[in-house]
Amino acid sequence: MIELTNPLLLAVILINFFTLGSARLGACIRVVALQGALLALLPLATHGMSGHALILGAGALLLKGIFIPTLLLRAIREVRIRREVEPIIGFVPTLIIGALTTAGAFIFADFLPLIAEHHEGFYVPTALATIFTGFLLLITRRKAITQILGYLLLENGIFIFGVLLSAAMPLMVEAGVLLDLLVGVFVMGIVLNQINREFSTLNTERLSALKE
Amino acid sequence: MLEVLILFPIAIAALSLVTSHYQFRSWLLPISSGLHLLLSVLLAIGWFPATGEWIGLDALSRLVLITTSLLFFGCAIYAVGYLDIRRDRGNKVMVPCLLIFLSAMTLAIVARHLGLIWMAVEATTISSAPLIYFNRNRLSIEATWKYLLICSVGIALAMLGILFIAYSALGGGSPVCLHLDTLLSNATTLSRPWLHAGFVFLLVGFGTKMGLAPLHTWKPDAYGEAPGLVGALLAGGLTSVAFLAILRGVQLMTAAGSGDLARQALLGMGMFSLLLAAIFMVRQPDIKRLLAYSSVEHMGILAIGVGIGGMATFGAMLHLINNALTKGGLFLAAGNIQRAYNSKNISEIRGAMVTLPISGTLFLAGFLAITGSPPFGPFISEFTILRGIFGSDRMVIGMLVLLFLAIVFIGMGATILTATQGEPAEEPPQFQDRILLYISPLCFMLLILLIGVYIPEPIQAALHQAAALLEVHP
Repeated sequence: MIELTNPLLLAVILINFFTLGSARLGACIRVVALQGALLALLPLATHGMSGHALILGAGALLLKGIFIPTLLLRAIREVRIRREVEPIIGFVPTLIIGALTTAGAFIFADFLPLIAEHHEGFYVPTALATIFTGFLLLITRRKAITQILGYLLLENGIFIFGVLLSAAMPLMVEAGVLLDLLVGVFVMGIVLNQINREFSTLNTERLSALKE
Repeated sequence: MLEVLILFPIAIAALSLVTSHYQFRSWLLPISSGLHLLLSVLLAIGWFPATGEWIGLDALSRLVLITTSLLFFGCAIYAVGYLDIRRDRGNKVMVPCLLIFLSAMTLAIVARHLGLIWMAVEATTISSAPLIYFNRNRLSIEATWKYLLICSVGIALAMLGILFIAYSALGGGSPVCLHLDTLLSNATTLSRPWLHAGFVFLLVGFGTKMGLAPLHTWKPDAYGEAPGLVGALLAGGLTSVAFLAILRGVQLMTAAGSGDLARQALLGMGMFSLLLAAIFMVRQPDIKRLLAYSSVEHMGILAIGVGIGGMATFGAMLHLINNALTKGGLFLAAGNIQRAYNSKNISEIRGAMVTLPISGTLFLAGFLAITGSPPFGPFISEFTILRGIFGSDRMVIGMLVLLFLAIVFIGMGATILTATQGEPAEEPPQFQDRILLYISPLCFMLLILLIGVYIPEPIQAALHQAAALLEVHP
């Protein structure tokens, strides 16, 4: 089990770095899709070929790997933006912060009171690192679409942790959670379009009329 | 029967999409929410059995269910009048979204599984986003975006908290399960560090949704830009639902013997909310943003009530009803005032009591009620909470709460008295009070007055039962 999951999880971490370092939105969306697809394999690699794992993996693949990225790609085509320009913190500094938090996540996970069989796998550190990366994207980027990507990374990180506990989440609830994610991103996509129509840009610093 | 309560609003939402008659679509709202209220009352008094592994009613959820359902019914009647004068915007989005919102709130209230609660609360975020965007201008986009993003991220953290709680079962050696009843009965075997971390994340996540400071940043924007009736539903209904989700965490922590930690966390956040709301309410020129900060304040009072425990918990339960109904009345009245003056800023609102005799008076009465003036209901509940604080020998906290409440009273009073008193501008407004738009806030205020004067025996018993659920020690 460990042999297959660790490379998977390492690939997930590499993708985190890619999203932090790349300015091209199309590429970012595609690698987040790839991350979603890799995560879809995770339940199978962890729990073997059980029905629950199969359905969970298929659902994650459909939503995280195909549906949501298609939605986002269509959105950037419609609003004609390609690049994330002038992030609030530059690409290199965010990469460094990302590397530091990832290292921190690995060290921190060693101190967590995990049960014995979860100590050797990379699940918990990867989950933490992906959650941090999501937060970093949410904080440091100006484009609304990159913020959605940050939210997706955050959800991916939680998904990794959730795979350890898939017994706690019955299929119906799991399906509902994924559905919520899909509809949430769909609604965000609609709002994205409206932002673009109204402001002719997706830069969220324009959304600053409401303050004290 | 509970399934019906959750599913039939969705069926009516589907019906509202296929029907083409404008007025009929609007009237679907009060019809279905009236039915919802009737069913909820029947369920609450035990007409139908309402317990189950997945969904069920206990004293806490019964209280929140009735309150939310009543508030929604009032807002639905208001919505008919509101949508009639907003024909330019249409009701094809508003009506189905409101009904789905009702269904999601109901599910979040009655769910007995933490994952199910999460799913329903996230569904309320998504279904209420189009409601905030109703006015379709730049400001409402900004408010919607902030609401959607901040609440989604917050709720994602709550999910992490729920997973931590599941892990605490694993760490303690019991089977992994997120059913509330199972968790409560196995609470003493849960692994403490994971449970504590889980509760903190749960508090942060659902606290974002509830609007506890410092996680309240979306609140003034969303409440300020949304139509009055949406503001009423968010401030009175949704916040109570999110509070219930936090209370589930408190229940779990209490059962596991870590109740004190949970209470301290709630107390801290409650005090901070009160402080922050008091600061921002002074010289606040926007009446709806003022109400939003007042909502932050009252979320703080709820958290403090539960954080103190004992008699204050009973006060908090009563305050939940009071806050929902008073905020409902205030937001609906504020919506009417905004319509009459085409502004929500006190630089343009003068003499609302002359322009709109009923809505203006209700707004003023709502202000007196929400700031805890007798003889309205919030006076009783805030007084009970304060007695609880002083009774438990926490003088400093009690004095601080009194100080903040005084600042809030002065700050809110300055704005609201300017808006309601004085002489209105010369030109007569196009908007006049009409029955559909003032009957609901009027009834809410009468109910609040009634609660302030006399609480019927069965309701008092229900409140005691709800408070007792939070006080069980192992």
